[in-house]
Amino acid sequence: MPPHCPAQIIDDVFRMNEITARREMVAARGVKVTFGAVKALDGADLVIHCGECVGLVGHNGAGKSTIVNVINGSLNPHAGEVSYGGATAQHGISTARAKGVRCVFQELSLCPNLTVNENARVMHAELAGWNWRTRAVALVKQQLGEIFPGHGIDCDSTIDDLSIAERQMVEIAISFAGLNEKPKLVILDEPTSSLDAGLAAQLMAYIRKFVGEGGSVLLISHILGEILSTSDRIVVMKDGRVVADRSASEFSTRSLVEAMGNVVREQEWQRAVDKRDGAPVLAMPPRRGHGLAFQAHRGEMIGLAGLAGHGQTETLLDLYLSRNSNWWPARRKDIAFVAGDRSLNGIFPLWSILNNLSIASLGDISSRSIVDHDREGVLGNGWKKRIEIRTPDMENRILSLSGGNQQKVLFARALATTARIVLMDDPMRGVDVGTKQEVYDILRSEAATGRTFIWYSTEMDEIRLCDRVYVFREGAIVAELAGDEITEKNVLEASFSAGEAA
Amino acid sequence: MTAARLLFTKPWIWSFAATVIVWVVTVLFTGGASSLGLSQAALTFAAFSVIVGIGQMFVITLGPGNIDLSVPATMTLSGTLALKLMDVQDGMILVGLLTSILLGFAIGIGNYALIKLLRIPPIIATLSISFIVQSTAIWANRGLRIKPPEVLASFTTSSLFGIPNIAIVALILSVVAWVLLKKTIYGRWISAIGQSTFAARMTGIPVDGTRLVTYILCAVLASICGYLLASFSGGAALNMGSEYLLMSIAVVVIGGTAVAGGNSNIPGIWGASLFMFLVVSMLNTYGFGAGFRLILTGLIIIAVILVAGGRQSNR
Amino acid sequence: MKISSGTIRLIIPAASLALLLAAVFYMQPRAMSYTGLNLLFNLAVPIALATVAQMLIMAVNDLDLSMGAFVSFCACVTATFLQASPAIGVLIFLGAIAAYAVIGVVIHVRELPSIVVTLGMSFVWGGLAVLMLPSPGGEAPIWARWLMTSRPPFVPMAIVASIVIAAVTHFVIMRSSVGVLIRGIGGNVRSVERAGWSVIRIRAGTYALAGFFAVLSGITLVGLTTSADANIALRYTLLSIAGVILGGGEFVGGKVSPIGAVIGALTLTLAGSFLSFMRISPDWQIGAQGAILIVVLALRLFLNRLEKREKGR
Repeated sequence: MPPHCPAQIIDDVFRMNEITARREMVAARGVKVTFGAVKALDGADLVIHCGECVGLVGHNGAGKSTIVNVINGSLNPHAGEVSYGGATAQHGISTARAKGVRCVFQELSLCPNLTVNENARVMHAELAGWNWRTRAVALVKQQLGEIFPGHGIDCDSTIDDLSIAERQMVEIAISFAGLNEKPKLVILDEPTSSLDAGLAAQLMAYIRKFVGEGGSVLLISHILGEILSTSDRIVVMKDGRVVADRSASEFSTRSLVEAMGNVVREQEWQRAVDKRDGAPVLAMPPRRGHGLAFQAHRGEMIGLAGLAGHGQTETLLDLYLSRNSNWWPARRKDIAFVAGDRSLNGIFPLWSILNNLSIASLGDISSRSIVDHDREGVLGNGWKKRIEIRTPDMENRILSLSGGNQQKVLFARALATTARIVLMDDPMRGVDVGTKQEVYDILRSEAATGRTFIWYSTEMDEIRLCDRVYVFREGAIVAELAGDEITEKNVLEASFSAGEAA
Repeated sequence: MTAARLLFTKPWIWSFAATVIVWVVTVLFTGGASSLGLSQAALTFAAFSVIVGIGQMFVITLGPGNIDLSVPATMTLSGTLALKLMDVQDGMILVGLLTSILLGFAIGIGNYALIKLLRIPPIIATLSISFIVQSTAIWANRGLRIKPPEVLASFTTSSLFGIPNIAIVALILSVVAWVLLKKTIYGRWISAIGQSTFAARMTGIPVDGTRLVTYILCAVLASICGYLLASFSGGAALNMGSEYLLMSIAVVVIGGTAVAGGNSNIPGIWGASLFMFLVVSMLNTYGFGAGFRLILTGLIIIAVILVAGGRQSNR
Repeated sequence: MKISSGTIRLIIPAASLALLLAAVFYMQPRAMSYTGLNLLFNLAVPIALATVAQMLIMAVNDLDLSMGAFVSFCACVTATFLQASPAIGVLIFLGAIAAYAVIGVVIHVRELPSIVVTLGMSFVWGGLAVLMLPSPGGEAPIWARWLMTSRPPFVPMAIVASIVIAAVTHFVIMRSSVGVLIRGIGGNVRSVERAGWSVIRIRAGTYALAGFFAVLSGITLVGLTTSADANIALRYTLLSIAGVILGGGEFVGGKVSPIGAVIGALTLTLAGSFLSFMRISPDWQIGAQGAILIVVLALRLFLNRLEKREKGR
């Protein structure tokens, strides 16, 4: 096309108008951040305009959290620049906040000892002066009502007394609330991790409304459906760089996963015949006297399904603690546990990868209570190869690993024991797709050798991998599904009671 | 070069460096005349701090909030009862030692029973127990000061090849403790509990059993120390343990053990114990009054902890 | 009716205090008078102030092992400088409060364990006190003496003062914005930091406030005892920690209660009086104090369990 063709000029003008109309809310360009030898960000660009919701996806270790911390001011980039509203400003938490950036973090970041309104006071410096309590309550109440209609949270209660979902709701509401002016950009890092589907839908609807009114949202979630349906634009990160940045309509689940660098594997899992023969290896009467009883047989893979927080974790803890003395060392380990919240109750942060892996099987690699260092090393190297822990040296500290690899260590810790029963407490939370597939393969082969797995999962894909599924609702088992009965529809039906509007 | 760098990453190196400096400064003042006597005295008195310090270190390794404040009362009661029982008879030396150890067992069990049954923080539980133990000691100590048996007294005050016997005992105990910490399953367990009690429980570690053993270990070491100290100083005194309350905590922390738990350090306890003794004797040599001595001791503790640095960040 | 966990934390220490008081009245009915109450709670005011100071430090997840030495130091300053030349005395106190703020900053910046730093400071304060008063002596300022021995109508001074301390500290720590931030640091430092507050300033302020209350503790102590010595309040370190715990406070998590702390201090004081009423042999006085501590804590656990069972229903 000739350079001065009228159509081209019109097109350019149109584009320029579009650009000026869509003002930059925040722009991070050419950002580089390194932690020691690790390049967390290697020249990443992220621009968020006013009035748009940007979805951000990527592996663990792709640099999502790092770029969020750069934008919200808590991390200084080693190279590149960050500008708010088009103007480069001083960098720092207070600058970012003054420019209207708010952040809801993956791990809950309220003060558990304070009440809801006191937390609002901490988050909103402008609530100063007399009578701030009344104003704080009004602010939070109004915002909670707007995002989660019919929530029923008392704003005078201490955060400790709230459920995890309620805490997350409060945190989201406090972040979206604004006394004098609304926030301009809200960063949501896995905001629905503790919310059930109904609450998540309410939140997604509110995000659309907020964006429609000119606000911006940066949404990070591993639930690709959420990202696809709510975002205007999706940014895919990989190895500290942005590898794709396109309109959401140009993506599908499949293309997103491909962009992240993972090949979707086809379901190749064939269910074996019913393994319920002989005496159960593990059994439990109905919890609190209602619902169905729990039973597990040798070599079974049993799923615990249902909405999050309906008694699955408690069941696992009961099963584990009932078989495990708190006073005497066990002679033979017959049950092992894989934690879900690895930073809270899984890893030992001061230790090497090897020590983290071997802690549950020390009895097998020691003689006369003295740990045999060579046998420990053999054990570690064996599992390093088998489960592909990505590290040059098993003596490195556990925290040098990415989250997914830390989780693999926790799996190896349980599988390395002689335990015939392995309990898993939603261990795949926040783990990248590639790691998941690797672990699934290992679980299958272990089940084939006669190990029993009891697996609480919040993800439907994982529930489908199980031989038999118990669905939980309100702390009790309400349904048992086996074989081909395990479908999303059946699980959902059992998860919601008939009289309840989802 | 790399060896030196490796050495400097060890948290205990600082306490030893400080010890050497203080030693040199003190010896310089006296023109080198006191070097042997000073070293022997330092080893002897440091040995007592080391023995209680090791016990305290095991407890502190169990994680935040774990601390044993009953150490001084345990030392006093153990020294008092053992001397009373032995009654200056050489034949009773072993019986006395055994009594001390049993007493430590009982106090350790009492401490942990209170922590567990009343679910109160160890600092309060061990404090309450220490009140009761101290009262028992006051009651038992009534009357004359009893001398230790002759053989025991000469053992605790003499040396082997110039090294005080007490220091040798402390060294043996340190080696045992080191093996316990670094090589055995138990050592792994207490470190795991110190880092995350819940995670430790969920990997199948018998948390309560391990903690009980640790509190017993600490009380037994305090008892042994009280037994030795009373024999060394020619009789038990009611306040003989009091300075070891702060001392046992100070040597553990200055020695580089993480107060947050999970990480412990035995060589550091030696460095810190020697350092603490030498500081006091240095100030004495230079003729400072009690007030200045206290102030300087405090400032030096703070300076050491400032140089040694805080806990390392997790990442 | 939903009772907040904060209220429950208060009910238990209050009940313990009431029970102990009832026991004292039962054994010694004459204590149920103006003079009797004054005698019982006489020493409570300085302990309550020291407990409040300790509580502030515990609210930010630290522990002050120098509290006793510092209160002793303040008592010595009160009995010497503050009495002889008030201006210098006030300057020393301002300096001491500033030193507390600096300690807070150092602990925060270098991420040092507070136990060790305050352990070192306890030697420093103790040494300064010895320098000032090598042997017991000094004299209380007249106004401090007057304040502590005044006899308000109907209610003894010790109780009036305790109520005032409880009310003021409750307002500052539980109701005001500053208090929210202090407790917020105890609950979740990162959250406060991310919200754009300067944690270092809040921590320094908390320590300074604690230093201020400890100074008041030293002054009131001398007002009661008329003279001072370098070891006058050494037991306050452990008493103040025990008081906070008895009052329902916790070591970590910013869970503290000023009213509870004052009640805890009153309980500890009363325990001392209770023992002398029981005519317990001096040998066993300390032991009995330990036993009372255990009984009160057992009571607290029992009531806690009861309450949890109620909640579970």
